[in-house]
Amino acid sequence: MPPVWNRKDLLGIADLGRDEIELILNTAESMREVGERPIKKVPTLRGKTVMNLFFEASTRTRSSFEIAEKRLSADNLNFSTAGSSLEKGESLIDTAMNLQAMAPDLVVIRHKHAGVPHMLARRLKAGVVNAGDGAHEHPTQALLDAFTIRQKKGRIAGLKVAIVGDIEHSRVVRSNIHLLTRLGAQVTVAAPRTLMPVEIGRMGVRVAHDLADAIAGADVVMMLRIQLERGARVAFPSVREYFNLFGLTVERLKRAKPDVIIMHPGPMNRGVEISSEVADGPYSVILDQVTNGVAVRMAVLYLCSGAHLEAS
Amino acid sequence: MQHNLKPKKTILDAQQMRRVVRRMAGEIVERNRGIGDLLLVGILTRGVPLAEAIATEIERMEGKRPPIGMLDITLYRDDLSTIAPNPVVKESRFPVAPDGRIVVLCDDVLYTGRTVRAALDALIDYGRPKAVRLAVLVDRGHRELPIQADVVGKVVPTSDDEVIKVAFPASDAGKEFVQILERLE
Repeated sequence: MPPVWNRKDLLGIADLGRDEIELILNTAESMREVGERPIKKVPTLRGKTVMNLFFEASTRTRSSFEIAEKRLSADNLNFSTAGSSLEKGESLIDTAMNLQAMAPDLVVIRHKHAGVPHMLARRLKAGVVNAGDGAHEHPTQALLDAFTIRQKKGRIAGLKVAIVGDIEHSRVVRSNIHLLTRLGAQVTVAAPRTLMPVEIGRMGVRVAHDLADAIAGADVVMMLRIQLERGARVAFPSVREYFNLFGLTVERLKRAKPDVIIMHPGPMNRGVEISSEVADGPYSVILDQVTNGVAVRMAVLYLCSGAHLEAS
Repeated sequence: MQHNLKPKKTILDAQQMRRVVRRMAGEIVERNRGIGDLLLVGILTRGVPLAEAIATEIERMEGKRPPIGMLDITLYRDDLSTIAPNPVVKESRFPVAPDGRIVVLCDDVLYTGRTVRAALDALIDYGRPKAVRLAVLVDRGHRELPIQADVVGKVVPTSDDEVIKVAFPASDAGKEFVQILERLE
């Protein structure tokens, strides 16, 4: 019995079952093959329109979605806050309803406030894909991280994963905790106390306040960016002190497993959370994450479009 | 989707099926005047064991096994929204590029012709074959597109409410047969 996908939206990992996560990852395997062909395009979403609404800065996620859409032959349209009617005072709901009137099939949205994709999903007939909402969720990032771990380690269950950095402001960490714990990994999070949400332990993770403790025996170390623009500037005295205590260096990495892999969702701040030797070193799979991101987003767009058509 | 189906008639048993595949292999070699440039491509799922069986027979006759590719056509279908619920996409694989090759597409059953249409589109994205031929184990009629097979195992007249079930030892737990099943709804 093949697994079933009957959602029009991908809003977060929290409400996905294990079967659904595995279906996305398996579908992404085949999508990866498309990216390795001389002709990197399949006609699957021909005649479908995808709107990319990025209300917050993005390079990687946005280009990744755009390439994924083009590889599936969808028509896409990009919209960002600068130069839009939002600057003229239009409400988000009005903008959404106007876009809906142009009958897109899928909407990819990033917004600085949590819950905006969910609000749109309730109002739009189009499928909605969350490309990051506030400090809430970033589901396609967690899926591409899981895809990369599976590719390098062959499994996720039983692995020790350390996530280090700005836990407080990170949507990536929330999606990753949901996903990795659901697939049976043991997750440890580490950050200075000022960047660690008080009740994070309730998400089923071990909490460490010390880098060495967090990465001891780890199979995977995921470093997070310090989000200075979201207020992390006040969380520690200086960038230099942060690097001295929580920055990942070759020396500190010796406590992890010999075949550890290093991940980072990007953009990286070299010399803040990670040293260049580690970022460019042999254990780093940071650029594989970017390559895999396209395949994972193709899988998500494909699944959401199919379910959406069935429902209409 | 396999529920409410009752076996009605066995068209080919294991021994008959092997004879048919042997003849198909012979026809392919004969038409192609040998096996140079030949590339067998099985359409997933049951075109692949057919391609394997044909390759084994060709090897027996000619002493050399032609390369076998597999093609998944899910991303090329024209009925994405109508097949339930979400088809699982599988991976296409080619041991050699199809460029300049005589490609023989293999599938178990030829019905509307839409699968073959999608397979042609998919194949052409991988390269430019010198020629493409089509080999099917069963031609059951009811074409919706102008597509015909070059090599046919058996022509089986059917009605729309019947289903053809093909079993290969490799994919169906050692069973080998072609049956007509009847829908019971």
